Amino acid sequence: MQIFDIFFLEAVLNGLLFGGVLALLALGLNLVFGVIDVVWICYAELMMIGMYTVYFLYTVYHLPLVLAFAAGILVVAVCGVLLHVLVIRPVLNTEPINQLLVTGGVLFFLQAAATLAFGVQFRNLGLSLPSLELGEIFLPYSRIYAALTALVAMVVLYLFLKKTYLGTAIRAISQDRQIMPLMGVSPGRIYVITSAIGGALAGLGACLLVLQYDVHPAIGLTFGPITFLICVLGGLGNMVGGFVAAFIFAQFISVGGYLFHIEWGYVMAFVFFIVMMFIRPQGLLGGKG
Amino acid sequence: MPRTASWVIAVAVLAAVPLTGLGKYPLHLLIMILLWSFIYTSWSLMGRFGLVSFGHGAFMGAGAYVVTMLWNHFGVTPWIGIPLGVALAVVIAVLVGYPCFRFRITGHYFALVTLALTEVARLVIVALRDQTGGSLGVTPKTALAGGESFSVFALQFADKAVFFYIALVFWLAALWVWRRVDRSMARYAMLAISQEEDAAASVGVNVTRTKLVITVLSAAMTALGGALYGQYQLYVNPDTVSGIGISLQIVFAVIAGGMYVQLGPTVGAVFTLLLAEGLRVAVGHDVHGLDTFIYGFLLVIFIIYMPNGILGKILERRGRRGTAVPAGAPAR
Repeated sequence: MQIFDIFFLEAVLNGLLFGGVLALLALGLNLVFGVIDVVWICYAELMMIGMYTVYFLYTVYHLPLVLAFAAGILVVAVCGVLLHVLVIRPVLNTEPINQLLVTGGVLFFLQAAATLAFGVQFRNLGLSLPSLELGEIFLPYSRIYAALTALVAMVVLYLFLKKTYLGTAIRAISQDRQIMPLMGVSPGRIYVITSAIGGALAGLGACLLVLQYDVHPAIGLTFGPITFLICVLGGLGNMVGGFVAAFIFAQFISVGGYLFHIEWGYVMAFVFFIVMMFIRPQGLLGGKG
Repeated sequence: MPRTASWVIAVAVLAAVPLTGLGKYPLHLLIMILLWSFIYTSWSLMGRFGLVSFGHGAFMGAGAYVVTMLWNHFGVTPWIGIPLGVALAVVIAVLVGYPCFRFRITGHYFALVTLALTEVARLVIVALRDQTGGSLGVTPKTALAGGESFSVFALQFADKAVFFYIALVFWLAALWVWRRVDRSMARYAMLAISQEEDAAASVGVNVTRTKLVITVLSAAMTALGGALYGQYQLYVNPDTVSGIGISLQIVFAVIAGGMYVQLGPTVGAVFTLLLAEGLRVAVGHDVHGLDTFIYGFLLVIFIIYMPNGILGKILERRGRRGTAVPAGAPAR
């Protein structure tokens, strides 16, 4: 019985740390949705680009890890801008579902591009960080760092949105995109900046994930669906809701996976999502959608 | 009527294809095109009315796996397995569809709920690996071990031509269903709903019921398609019959072909399969991902420049109005 409790506690703590990473992933998608009203179905594929960037700079070109991370974030931020300018802007004023579908096309494109360029092998940094030992509980440092970084990033983004002029303009656009042009804010410019920030957040997520997971062309399909579902569960565009939903999802996956099997953890999380959509379609903390 | 005559001639020509001594590979390609066209057409029954489902992998998986599991574990003939698989898909469609339509979950949200559904289906199949074989997939037990050329009981045929005719009949049936829906009141109701649900309800359209009927029809046909696909390939795998990959494949092939026209999904199937096979012949097996690379790129271009798809664009150019490009197509 004692053993059971310890491992159960470990699953809960791991779930908490995993939740931190998922919350960060959801943050970028939520920001983009809240401001531009577009769901980047290919969000996790952008992350994959970041993971490959870090991987190659670190293992092949032997850059210091910090520089590789900075480059990874920058590259994905640029990808975010390109995605917006080349793909999303042309369909911004058409049927909303087109925006969902067009980024789905980008998903295929990026996944296949990675397969073509790098093959289907699993690659990792070859780093192994130690684990924190608390009695009989082992928590990998990579997860602890990831969760802490995620928290810091969220606070920084919050302060940026609340305290700076640009942040205020971004929030204003997401509240009323008809009026803001009259107030002297150019939505087009704000969209590009938001895409860059959304991309940078995906890049940061990539840095945290590459410490823990192998990168391969299909990695996006592992993290993509969870990220959308977290955003929807929290209420698309609602960042606090997404934050809460991320921890709920992570607990389902971690504890459910511990009690049964990892796939059942995911199944439970997804079924919970579907049921919640019927109970609170506007999201956990969402107002009237 | 010349239109009917051209249909009869086209079908007769198609039906005569296996008699020409066509090689196994071209025949296989034709069968795949027909089977996928059947599934794509089933999806487009919903998709053309703005009900963009990313969840059809769940229905396809239900059809394929119920049939294979019943056959492998209990020796139940697919003649019973297929109706049960279709029934399971219908139950899933109602369980998810009814609350969605009742609570007005539309657009992005509907797409993402169905996305969760398809992942649930895939993960359940993987998690039940002791029964389903997990990610490695499973092969229906052969009924032709004794050298027989076919088994009607097991719905297994050594001769591809038999499956060609089965696929041909189902494809024609799907086109017929598409036509029936197109000519029905449900079409007008669905068009009204896709424009403005409240307005549709105010003129007496039962929004929930109409959407549910279309969804159940589409889900049932997709499950049937999944079952046939499994019986033809004699191999099912959670990633090739369900999950987000296959669901997106269905959506995008239809968009490429043309969501709003009868033969659009078929054109999508022809286009995507020929692209994949053509590239495979041209550059060989070694270059993984080239077809998806080009395909993904073209999709983006299609959605930006020709959202009505290849066939939709052609018909638009030729200036055919009326049923060719219905009012439901985004005016642009």
